[in-house]
Amino acid sequence: MNIIESKNLDLFYSSHQALKNINLSFPENSVSALIGPSGCGKSTFLKTLNRMNDLIDGVKVTGQILYNGKDIYASDVDVNELRKDVGMVFQKPNPFMMSIYDNIAYGPRTHGIKNKAVLDELVESSLKGAALWDEVKDRLKKSALGLSGGQQQRLCIARALAVKPKVLLMDEPTSALDPISTSKIEELVVTLKDKYTIVIVTHNMQQALRISDLTAFFLLGNLIEVGKTEELFSSPKEKKTEDYITGRFG
Amino acid sequence: MKERAIGIIFTLLGLVSVLFVLLITVYLIVSGVPAIGEIGFINFMFGKVWRSTGSDPQFGILPFILTTIWGTIGSLIIGLPIGFFSAVYLAKMAPKRIRDIFVVIIGVISGVPSVVYGLVGMLVLVPFVRTVFNLPDGASLFASIIVLAVMILPTVIKVSLTSLEAVPKDYEEASLALGATKIETYFRVSVPAARSGILTSVVLGIGRAIGEAMAVMMVAGNVANMPSIFKSVRYLTTAVAIEMSYSSGLQRQALFSIALVLFCFIMIINGILMVLRRENKDA
Repeated sequence: MNIIESKNLDLFYSSHQALKNINLSFPENSVSALIGPSGCGKSTFLKTLNRMNDLIDGVKVTGQILYNGKDIYASDVDVNELRKDVGMVFQKPNPFMMSIYDNIAYGPRTHGIKNKAVLDELVESSLKGAALWDEVKDRLKKSALGLSGGQQQRLCIARALAVKPKVLLMDEPTSALDPISTSKIEELVVTLKDKYTIVIVTHNMQQALRISDLTAFFLLGNLIEVGKTEELFSSPKEKKTEDYITGRFG
Repeated sequence: MKERAIGIIFTLLGLVSVLFVLLITVYLIVSGVPAIGEIGFINFMFGKVWRSTGSDPQFGILPFILTTIWGTIGSLIIGLPIGFFSAVYLAKMAPKRIRDIFVVIIGVISGVPSVVYGLVGMLVLVPFVRTVFNLPDGASLFASIIVLAVMILPTVIKVSLTSLEAVPKDYEEASLALGATKIETYFRVSVPAARSGILTSVVLGIGRAIGEAMAVMMVAGNVANMPSIFKSVRYLTTAVAIEMSYSSGLQRQALFSIALVLFCFIMIINGILMVLRRENKDA
C-alpha cells in the first residue's frame, strides 16, 4: 500500500525547472532514501510532499502528489492539516527558544489540545519515541537550547511525532551532527518505521544503505532510478547510478 | 610609534565625551540638590501645588511627575499596538516592495524635528480636540498624548522590525511544518523569539516620550494642574523650559532640581535598557 505517490510531477523555480516528471511512490511503514549530488532536486522533491515549497516565491508545481489517494495540491486541501499528517525534520536542528516541554507541546497546543494530562502524556510518549526521554526527563522545564546538537535533533523528531503524523520527512537530518549522534538518529529511524512512513534525504550513501528499504537516485532534476536499496547499491540498472554510488562523481 | 600616537589621540577624544557626561551629571547634582534640601524632599516630590512666583511660593512637582508618567503611559497605550502590529506586518506579511517603501518613510519620519510635530499638533490637533470634545481649549494632556504616540511610532516600528526580521527562518519553518498557520507562527514563535528586541523598542519609546519637550510644550497648554485627560498640563521637561528664562533664586534652583528628577527618570530607563541588551546577548 502506497501512502504517498507522485505522478508526473514538475516543479519550476520561476523559469528554471528543478524537477522533471517525477513518478515515485512510498509504501507505508518503510524507509525510503533520496540520494544524489547537491542540486539534484532531492530536497526540493521532499518539500513538495508537505508543500513546504509553498513558502518560496515563484515556485510552480504541476502534476500530482497523492497522499492516501488524494491530490494534496487540490484547491480544497487544508495545508495545515496536511502538514500535521506529513511532518518534517530539518537539516539543522531548530528547536524553539522554549523549554523542552513547550517545544514538544507546541504542535499539540496549536491543534487545540489544552488538557495538561493529555499534553504530559504526549510529551512523554513523543520523547520516548525519539529515544530522548531518559536523557531529559529531569529537565523538561529547562531551555531546549541547552541540549547537545544530537539531542536537539532528536528533540525536533519528538516534536514532529507529537502531532501524530503518518509520514515523517527528513531533510539530511544528520549532516550537522557528529558520528555518535548520527548513529543514534539512524537507529531511531529504523525503529520509527514500525509506526511511520519515513522519507529521508541524505548525502551519505552508507547511511542510505544502512537504514533504508527503498532508494531513489536523483540527478539534475530527474529521477534516474528507484529500487530496493540492496539491489540498487549492488546491481544498479543505470550507468549513471553506478557511477554515482561508486564515487565517480558527486 | 605611529600606532601609539593614534591610540592616545583616540583615547583622549573618547575621554572627552565621557568627561562631558560626567560634568553634566555633577553639575545637575550640585545645582539641583540644594533646592530639594531647602524645600524638603517630600514637599518637593509630592507637593501638589507649583506656584513659583507668588508671595508665598510653593514648589511641589507632583503635577509634573504625574503628567510625565500619564503622558508616557498614554502615548504607549496608543502608540505601542500600532507600532507593534505595523512591525509584524512589515516584517512578515508585507510584500517586499511595500516593506521597503515603509522603511524609507519611517526613516524620514524619525528625522522630523520635534518642533514640526508641535506645530502640526498646535494648528491641527489642538483645534480638532477642542471642537470634538467641546472644550474651552484643546491644548491638553490628551492632545500631548496623541502627539507623543505619533512621535514614538518610528522608534517602536524600526527596532521591532529589525529584531523580528532577525528571527531565523528555521524557527518559522519548524512551526509551519507542524501544521501551524502563518499567523500562529508569527505570534507564537517569531514574536517570542524577538521578545527582547521588541521590549527594547518599548523602552526606547518611553525614553523618547519622557525626554520630549518642544512638541509637548506646544500642545499641552502648560498649566501646572494635576493631570486630567482634557486639562491643560505641564510636563517635567516643559516645567524646566518655560520658567528658566525669567527665573531667579530658589525658583531657579528648583528648576535644576526638576531637571535632576528628569535625569534620574532617564537613567532608570537606560538602566532597564542595558539589562535588556545583556539578556539579548545571552539568548
